[in-house]
Amino acid sequence: MPVIFIDKKPYEVKAGKNLLEASLALGFDLPYFCWHPSLGSVGACRQCAVKVFRDENDTTGRLVMSCMEGVKDGLHFSINDKTAKAFREQIIEWLMTNHPHDCPVCDEGGSCHLQDMTVMTGHDYRRYEYKKRTYHNQYLGPLIHHEMNRCIQCYRCVRYYRDYAGGDDLNVFAAHNHVYFGREKDGVLQSPFSGNLAEVCPTGVFTDKTLKEHYTRKWDLTMAPSVCQHCSVGCNTIAGERYGKLRAILNRYNGEVNGSFLCDRGRFGYEFVNSENRVQQPLIRHRPGEAVNELDLMRYMEASLPHSKLIGIGSPRASMESNFALRQLVGANNFYEGIGEDEAYLTRKVINVLASGSVHSVSLKEIEQADAILILGEDIWNTAPMMALAVRQAVIKTAAREGAEKLGLPVWQDAAIKEFVQDEKGLLVSVTVSASSLDDITTHKIHAAPDDIARLGFAIAHELNPSAQRVPDTDTEFRTQARTLAKALDKAKRPVIISGLSSYNESIIKAAFDIAASLNTSTIKAGIAYVLPECNSMGLAMMEAPSFDHAVTRVKRETGITAVIVENDLYRHMPSADADTFLSHCANVIAFDSLHNRTTEKANVLVPAATFAEGDGTLVNYEGRGQRFYQVFVPPNPFFKESWKWLIEMQLLKLQTSNGHNHPPEELLEKLEAALPQFKGISKVALPHDYSVHGERIPREPHRYSGRTSMLADISVSEPKPMQDNDSPLSFTMEGYKGNPPSSAIPFFWSPGWNSGQSVMKYQEEPGGALRGGDPGIRMFHDKAEEKITYFKDIPEAFKQRHEKWVLVPQYHVLGSGELSIYTKAIEELSPQPFVAISADDAVELNVKNGDMLKLFVDDKMHVLPVKVQGDIVNGVALVSAGLRGAEVMNWGAWVKIEKTNSGL
Amino acid sequence: MERPLTKHIDLNRPPLNLKEYEQVGGYEAVRKVLKGMTPVEVQKLVQDSNLKGRGGAGFNTGLKWSFVPMGPEALHPKYIIANADEMEPGTFKDRLLLEGNPHQLIEGMILSAYAIQADISYIFLRWAYKKAAILIRKSIAEAYEAGYLGQNILGSKWGLEMHLHTGVGRYMCGEETALLNALEGKRATPRAKPPFPQVSGLFGKPTIVNNVETFCCVPHIINNGADWFKGLSKSEDGGTKLYGVSGRVKKPGCWELPMGVTMRELIEVHAGGMQDGYEFKGALPGGASTDFLTTEHWDVKMDFKSVAAAGSRLGTGTMVVLDDATCPVGFVHNLQHFFAQESCGWCTPCREGLPWVEKILLNMEKGHGRMEDLELLDMHTKMLGPGNTFCALAPGAMEPLQSALKYFRDDFVRHIVEGKCPWHTATETPKRFAESLMV
Repeated sequence: MPVIFIDKKPYEVKAGKNLLEASLALGFDLPYFCWHPSLGSVGACRQCAVKVFRDENDTTGRLVMSCMEGVKDGLHFSINDKTAKAFREQIIEWLMTNHPHDCPVCDEGGSCHLQDMTVMTGHDYRRYEYKKRTYHNQYLGPLIHHEMNRCIQCYRCVRYYRDYAGGDDLNVFAAHNHVYFGREKDGVLQSPFSGNLAEVCPTGVFTDKTLKEHYTRKWDLTMAPSVCQHCSVGCNTIAGERYGKLRAILNRYNGEVNGSFLCDRGRFGYEFVNSENRVQQPLIRHRPGEAVNELDLMRYMEASLPHSKLIGIGSPRASMESNFALRQLVGANNFYEGIGEDEAYLTRKVINVLASGSVHSVSLKEIEQADAILILGEDIWNTAPMMALAVRQAVIKTAAREGAEKLGLPVWQDAAIKEFVQDEKGLLVSVTVSASSLDDITTHKIHAAPDDIARLGFAIAHELNPSAQRVPDTDTEFRTQARTLAKALDKAKRPVIISGLSSYNESIIKAAFDIAASLNTSTIKAGIAYVLPECNSMGLAMMEAPSFDHAVTRVKRETGITAVIVENDLYRHMPSADADTFLSHCANVIAFDSLHNRTTEKANVLVPAATFAEGDGTLVNYEGRGQRFYQVFVPPNPFFKESWKWLIEMQLLKLQTSNGHNHPPEELLEKLEAALPQFKGISKVALPHDYSVHGERIPREPHRYSGRTSMLADISVSEPKPMQDNDSPLSFTMEGYKGNPPSSAIPFFWSPGWNSGQSVMKYQEEPGGALRGGDPGIRMFHDKAEEKITYFKDIPEAFKQRHEKWVLVPQYHVLGSGELSIYTKAIEELSPQPFVAISADDAVELNVKNGDMLKLFVDDKMHVLPVKVQGDIVNGVALVSAGLRGAEVMNWGAWVKIEKTNSGL
Repeated sequence: MERPLTKHIDLNRPPLNLKEYEQVGGYEAVRKVLKGMTPVEVQKLVQDSNLKGRGGAGFNTGLKWSFVPMGPEALHPKYIIANADEMEPGTFKDRLLLEGNPHQLIEGMILSAYAIQADISYIFLRWAYKKAAILIRKSIAEAYEAGYLGQNILGSKWGLEMHLHTGVGRYMCGEETALLNALEGKRATPRAKPPFPQVSGLFGKPTIVNNVETFCCVPHIINNGADWFKGLSKSEDGGTKLYGVSGRVKKPGCWELPMGVTMRELIEVHAGGMQDGYEFKGALPGGASTDFLTTEHWDVKMDFKSVAAAGSRLGTGTMVVLDDATCPVGFVHNLQHFFAQESCGWCTPCREGLPWVEKILLNMEKGHGRMEDLELLDMHTKMLGPGNTFCALAPGAMEPLQSALKYFRDDFVRHIVEGKCPWHTATETPKRFAESLMV
């Protein structure tokens, strides 16, 4: 490791870093703007100037930008040099010639990188006395607010939005001190990663528009470490509350998962917590005085539970704790996954593959570092957006790594490497049903019907390893294509295969495994990722319970059954006929949920459940990583309790052993580990509830939290005692341990002098590296050495079009398909209208054009949807909008009849 | 006195067409090189001639070429680019060559391209040079027709494509890396070096960008040898130089003279001295981004080293003369307005510093200056120095300002003390060009 001298003191640093990275990793406060750990260096802002000396005797030195100069053994430089300091201060004064002095009314105030850097340089007096330039602010859609006058032209926004995230509708215009960052004209930002602009922007140009609706300064938020609830990736978030309202979601860095960014569904999809549609009070229906208090509810439970034949319906969006508490209540034999047999079957296949340990279940970070990626039949842009962003980085970084090597440049030399690399890309093979937003970086793009996707996958596997099954009935073109792709993948050192459930095709899942397994060598363990539908689909399926279909059979067979449904709207997972059948056959239905939905409407007993913001819980993401989300605040409504807490109380009532003891999550999880050993380690994903640092708990509120003594004065002038948290080591106060908490329990990032999110680096081993103490989460799938591979055998027949019938494939939408995120008004506004997409040929056959209405006959039910003609879909496949609010669950993967509607219908 | 570059330029007639150019020895150098010289030999010869880049930086041209990766491993296509984006205020020497003898430039580019084994060449032309654009287009077509461009030039296995690209009028595009970005269709912001364009230039491929005048020297070096070229000069820099003088002199113009003539000779002999009634106050020796020289530098040789020793730069070699009837503050303000407007907006000091300087000077011209303004101006001249900014634009902008503050400080002080511009009547305040259009 090279030794560098900073202000004459020697420090050992990592080779290949620049002086800024090295200084920051060592804990020096060196200001910067345009550099970003995920974006690299471009040397534009000139803020990070230091003085470099020829040798130890040189006293003159020269000013250099520390972000543009690599570390070298024996290098001498000074951060404290007078000229360097004066220059850094001058940079701020220059920036301030046009930056408005509007901090008090700016959303960024208090968590503003520009404020921090201004203070850091010591700049306090502005000599500029002329007019500032002003700009027109644009309407950028309902998610991001634009205030261009505040811009300090660091170019981070366009570098993030265009280069990193692949967007093309945000750009930089004009020149000199009239440089403008925005869209060509007002309009909604098109990238589903636009929310990150609010965190990438060092000041208040791009801010969270949903936060603006109920604005609170960062220092006034009560915050907790959380995990995103909106897909199976499990991005780490910080959720912030004030006055009983969830105000904002911020990125919580996890080097293995989401790194510095979030998708817009994850960032903005939080408003269901504040929804008017929340279940506010326990209801016991069909009797006078439906709404009851807790005592009446418990009396009811006490009276009815001991004599009830209980079955439990779990949920892929409920925590492990809630699912397991339900299983405990009803008994292992009476617990059912709340998902249909098709989905359950496919998920079990995925788990078999991952649990075998013969292929490696990859994290997002490992995807980012892959040098070849094959996507098999999964529209990850819409079903796991952050995975798509990771794939993009892999494709770009592979080329960049190679380019940097050829040029002898370090990888942080962002602009130079991009210039050299031009359009070179790492291998990305995308075999999907239709076009994807990743297509612009895809090296091999193939659109096919689900069965043909699987066949190509099997053929690739066979080319890689002849012991994998040969695909019958193929032509030369098909075999050549398989061979070409196999050869390309075979060259990779870190190949990753991505697939998932959204094509509802078992063969695709098997084929993905076969390819990954056949890529294994003595030194290479191929990576695999399967995208699942919901945030805890993996955890639920790992419980190995029978599917919902079995529950339907059971209630049809047995009478007098009480079904306990936990956080599951059956109508989102099952065709409504199945859900109706089930509910009508139950003698009694007890439902727990946070929001009213079609299922809760039909429950006899409805119990309000806490959302992720009001309770604790553990989720298992697509890779098998267990992660804890912590309660953010104590809701004013006392009925908002975690389902698992209600369920434990119910069980105690049922067993009549209630003793008033507290039952923290780890107690439940330890029982889970004992009952189901595949969950080994899950009780350790979070700190025990009684953990403390020198007797101090971890505060959820920054020490600058204001108004505590007065904020409830309209109700009572006496300051209430802070709420106790018996489930975690976090406290609902500003007092407590002031140092950095362990990585799994960081409620917010802050460090003296660093009030913005950039303070995350003070929690990392190095800027952009792992969190100190390791990135949080415990993985429950482990690679096994020397595992004998058993390839799958049943290869489907080639896809053949059928007369007047189409295969139904769901089309998910990143903004719109989420059950909970749709409660955010802004997301609802951006959600598309449902449609059915077919090929141009099929449109001719059906004699329809864009916008005409089509009738779909699914299981004796008719759906009428407008048609969208898409050039990229193969004939015989119909893509139908899925997961939108009110959309019916269809029999995905089935052949259905489609007809043109007659005029007037 | 030999004038190889301008010998066949006569502005009273159209420039030589291909045939006429060949009749006076044109394209002989191309034949000579393709017949009997290796690329590295051409590089060496040009290096030995001590030809220094005429765009202003004064770097040895042959040496610059030698950094281009050669041999079978080298990335292709390689590019050679003529920087004809002559936008330095006060500079008009390339225009003479472009309009006077375009084939000379094309021949020079073919030779230089051969030296680095380039495949594609561009002439990046200033938008306003409409006449040159027509002439170049015609000449390129002629050269293709005659087989000097295209595949298998003169039966050699080597080929070169040539395109004319007309800019949109940004000074920034004269900076070689910004020029490359502009040529790629990107924003004209400069690039960080390393990597140098020789290694990763246009579209990330090895690239050489040279000034028009530099290219025009090459055929003559090939034809007559390195020693002959060095012998043309009165100094250690090889060759002749196109010098220009503008301002209130009797005969402003542009002349090809031996490298290293004195400022005195330039002004008194070639420019005919100052106009009657006007005194020489100072001059920017090489375009708007060079430091003032004054009467004390009257006998400084106009070559790269001597001018640098006198505290300025030879730059493009085209002098702007300041006379005693022109306000030096207004003069510098005008320049700063140009530079502030032409800043690309990439780095903070240039983007924010230059407009501030411009505003201070305008304020001073309007009679509202304060003594603290001088400190601010001094501060900017130091803080916008080389290395502090991303490219040389702002440091170049500071050169006339810092030297004006040094030589004409009294004039700045008078503006402040008198509360008006001493060169203007009280009612007449200077207007910026843009403002005057709005009236």
